[in-house]
Amino acid sequence: MTIPREHYLQAVFPTPFHARTSAANTLNAWHRWRDYTVADAYFDVGLEYTALRNACTVFDLSPMTKHLITGPDALAYMNRLVTRDVAKLKPGRVGYTVWCDDAGQVVDDGTIFHLRDHVYRLCSQERQLDWLHGSAPGFDVSIQEETHDVAALALQGPTSCAVLKRLGLAGIETLTPFGIRGYAFEGGELTVSRTGFTGDLGYELWIDPELAVALWDRLFDVGQQVGLKPMGTFALEMSRIEAGFIQAGVDFLPADRAIRAERTRSPFELDLAWLVDFAKGPFTGRRALLAEKARGSRHRLVRLDVEGNKPAKDAFIYDRRRKNVGVVTSALWSPAAKSNIALASVEMPHGAPGDELWAEIYYQKELKWSRLMARCTVVEGPFYSPARRRAVPAADC
Amino acid sequence: MTRYDVIVIGAGHNGLTTAAFLAKSGLKALVLERKPWIGGAAVSRELHPGWIYSNCSYVCSLLRPEIYRGLDLARHGLQVAPYGGGVTFTRDGDYIGGYPDKDVRRREYARHNERDADAYLRYSRDTMRQCRFIRSLLMRTPPDPASLRLRDLRELAHLGREFVKLGPTTMGDTIRFYSMSIADYLNEYFESDLVKAHHAGSGIIGTALGVHSPGTAYVLLHHYMGDVDGQVGSWGFARGGMGAVSNALAGALRAAGGEIRADAPVARILARDGRVNGVVLQNGDELYSDIVISSLDPKRTFLKLLDAGDLDADVVRKAREFRIRGSSGKLNIALDGLPSFPALGAGHPLVAGDMHFLDTLERFERAYDDWKAGTWSKDPYLDLLIPSLTDPTMTPPGKHYMSVFVQYVPRELAGRDWTDADRTAFRETVFDQIARYSPDFRSLVLHAEVRTPQELENEVGLTEGNIFQGELTFDQLFFNRPFPGYAQYRGPLRGMYLCGSATHPGGGVMAAPGANAAREVLRDLRRPAIVPQGWSDD
Repeated sequence: MTIPREHYLQAVFPTPFHARTSAANTLNAWHRWRDYTVADAYFDVGLEYTALRNACTVFDLSPMTKHLITGPDALAYMNRLVTRDVAKLKPGRVGYTVWCDDAGQVVDDGTIFHLRDHVYRLCSQERQLDWLHGSAPGFDVSIQEETHDVAALALQGPTSCAVLKRLGLAGIETLTPFGIRGYAFEGGELTVSRTGFTGDLGYELWIDPELAVALWDRLFDVGQQVGLKPMGTFALEMSRIEAGFIQAGVDFLPADRAIRAERTRSPFELDLAWLVDFAKGPFTGRRALLAEKARGSRHRLVRLDVEGNKPAKDAFIYDRRRKNVGVVTSALWSPAAKSNIALASVEMPHGAPGDELWAEIYYQKELKWSRLMARCTVVEGPFYSPARRRAVPAADC
Repeated sequence: MTRYDVIVIGAGHNGLTTAAFLAKSGLKALVLERKPWIGGAAVSRELHPGWIYSNCSYVCSLLRPEIYRGLDLARHGLQVAPYGGGVTFTRDGDYIGGYPDKDVRRREYARHNERDADAYLRYSRDTMRQCRFIRSLLMRTPPDPASLRLRDLRELAHLGREFVKLGPTTMGDTIRFYSMSIADYLNEYFESDLVKAHHAGSGIIGTALGVHSPGTAYVLLHHYMGDVDGQVGSWGFARGGMGAVSNALAGALRAAGGEIRADAPVARILARDGRVNGVVLQNGDELYSDIVISSLDPKRTFLKLLDAGDLDADVVRKAREFRIRGSSGKLNIALDGLPSFPALGAGHPLVAGDMHFLDTLERFERAYDDWKAGTWSKDPYLDLLIPSLTDPTMTPPGKHYMSVFVQYVPRELAGRDWTDADRTAFRETVFDQIARYSPDFRSLVLHAEVRTPQELENEVGLTEGNIFQGELTFDQLFFNRPFPGYAQYRGPLRGMYLCGSATHPGGGVMAAPGANAAREVLRDLRRPAIVPQGWSDD
C-alpha cells in the first residue's frame, strides 16, 4: 500500500465494510483497532451475543494484523519462528501457534494459514514486521504485511454453515475445523476458513477489500432468515473468554513490548505446552524453554469457576492463607456455561486442579461498593465448547 | 552585619529550588543574583516590544514533578503545555513527521520504511527500559563508591537492586548503552537514514560530540527521561516562557520567607580555617552565613569565587579539567506572521512541533566537523519551534515567536572571540537553513537576537556557554558529576555546597540537582527531610 503524505488528515481509517457497519451501528458506538474504527456494538451487546450462540453473527476483523510469508524457505522459516511443527500443517490447513523470543517468552500468538505450498499467512494480534524480518536472515523468504490488502469477516454461530450454503458455497459443510477452502465470488476469490475466536461453529471469510461490501450484502440477503446479525467487539470478548482463548495485551504481555523484566510469560505459563514441539528441531526460544521445562515455570494460567455471580474482573487471587498469588486477567458471568468464569495468572505452584483459591471481588449495586472473597475452582479445558463446533458435516443449526 | 542561615549564589532554577526548599524548612535563605533579573538560563525576556523570548532554555519536560508539587509551583503560576511531536524535513521536499498519535506515527514511518515503523516500537521499548532505570536515580544523592559509610553502602545496594531488576538482557544493554554512540544505537533498530536522522538530534543537543562519538546515546536518554503529566518523553512549553519556571520557584521561595537580591554579583566566597563563613559582593558588601551554596559550575565556583589557597591542589585541578565545552547557539526571532513550510502545506499540525533540517547522519557528522575546525556548522542542526502557536502569551495576536536552537557553535572561532561580523554571518547561515524550507521566512523577520556560546557565557554565566553546565558524558555522570569525591553536593570546605546542573543528575531544567543539594544541607543540619526523595513506580 502506498501511503499518501496527507495520511495524517485521516488518523483512523474506515474498514472495507464501513459503509455497511456504520449503517448497521444504531448505537454509533466505535473504538480504535490500530489503524481502523470498529464497532463496540451495533444494537445491543446482550442480543448480539445471543445471536452468536443461538443463530449467527458477522464480526468485522479486517484490522487484524496479517502477514504473507512466501518463498522456497517459507516452511523452514516458519518452523524457526514458531514453537509448533509447521511441517505437520498441510496446505489448506490453519494452525494456532505462539512465537517466542530467545528467552522463551511469548512474543505473540496467532494463526498460520497454509494457503498453498510455500505460501503462509500469519495473523497476529500485534504488529510483527520488525520481529519477522529480524528472524529472516539466512532464509530465502519474502515477508509482507497485508493487513490493508485483505478484508475479513468472522461468520460465527450455529447457523453459520447454513448461511454459507445459502450463499452457494458447495460442500462447505464438509470443511473440517481448521480447514481452508477457496470459492469464486463475484469475479474474485473468497477464502473460507473454519476458524474463529468464539469457540462455536464458525468461519472466517477473507476477501479483496473491493468485494467487501458485496460480500456483506450477499451474506445478509441470504442470512436474515436464519438469524444473521452484526456483532461488535464487546460480544466477541464475551465469547472468547467462554472459549478460554487468551488475548495478547490482556492475558499476557507481548515479550517484545515489555519494559519491565518478569512481566512476560512463556508458553508453559499460558497453558500452551501443547504448542511447543521440542522434537521438530531448532526454533527461537527452544533452549530457554527446555531449561524452563527442567527447572519449572514461575507462573501458570488457570481457568477458574468463581463462586457466586459477581464477575471477578481484575480481582486479586489469594491462596488459602490469604496470600496474594495472582490476578484475574479476563472474567465474566458466562451466559452459555451459566458459570462465573475467569482467566487468571497465578504464581507456581498454585493453581493445580483441586487447589483452593480465592478471588477478591469489588462490585457495586446502586453506587454502593462491596467487597467479597469468592472461592474459585480450577477447571480444565474451555468453559464452553459445544459439539457443533467440531461436527463434520457441520449442522444447519 | 547581616547574617543568614544559608546563602545561595545564582538565581537560576537550581539555586532557586535549593533556596526554596531550605526556606520552606524554616531557614533564613538569601539568593544572590549577578544580573538585574532572575532565572539564569530559564528566563522570559521582552527583547522586542510585545514579544517574549525564552531566550535560553525554551522547552520543558525534565522538571521533576516531585518538585513541581513539593514547592507548589502550580499555585505560583507555573503551567506547562505539551506540544505535539516534531518533524524532520528532507532536501527533496518531503519530511518525516513524529506525530503524537502512535498509529499515525507508525504509518508515517511506514511511508518511508515499513520495517522501521515496527522497529520504532522496539526502539521505544528499549529506550523506555533505560528511562525507567535512570528515572529511579534522579531524585537521589549518588553513593560514593569509595566510601564504606553505611549510607553509601545502602545507596550502592539500592543501585544494585535497581540494576538487577532490569533483568539479564537489559543489564547488558545498559552497560552498552552508556558507552555507545547515538548512531550505533539507532543502527541497531532502523534501516532508513531519514528515520535515524530524525532521532539523532536528541543525542547531540548541547554536547560537543558528534553522532558517531561514544557516549551520545546517553544524551538521547537525557532528553527522553522527562515527562509532562506522566507522558514520558513528552515536551512542553512553560506558559509565558521559561521565565515562568524561575518566577514560580521565586514565588515559592518568597512565600516561605526567603529573599532574593538581584544585581548583586558575588566577588568571593569567604572562608577561614577550612570552613566558609559568607560572601563578599563586588560592591564590597559582606554577607555572613555558615552555609554557602553555589549554583555555578565548579570552574566558576572553585577557580573564581574561591582563593586557590583555601583549597587543596587536587580539587583545583579537577575543576580545571571538568569538561564543559560550548557547542550550541540560539536565535530568537520575532515574526510578523506565520512562515509557511511548503513541504508540510498549510495548517499542518506539526508546525506546532519541533522542526529539524538534517536528514542524514552524514550531515550531522559534517556539522560536527565544522565545530572541530573552530567554526560554526555551515549546514547546522536546528531545533526550531514556534511557541506562539501553543502559547498565546508570547506575542501579539497573529504574530509569532520562533525559537531556534543551533548546533554546532564553538565558544571561540579558531581561538579568538566572536565579533559582530561573525555573529551576523552566523545568523545568515541559520536564516539560509530555515529559508531553504520556508521561502517566506526572511520577509517576516522583525527582530532577531543572536546568541553564541560567548553570550551564554557572559550573560548567563555558563562557562563556555555549555547549556548543561558540563557535558553529559558517562565520565561526568552520577557519582562522577562533577568529579569523583564531590558528587554528594558538598564542596571541599565545610559549609560549602554545590547545587547547579554540574551536579547529579545534570542540566535540562530538571531542578533535581537543586532539590538533592537542599536535601543534603538539611541532613547536615539534622533538620526534618522535607525534600522529596526517590521515585515511586513498581
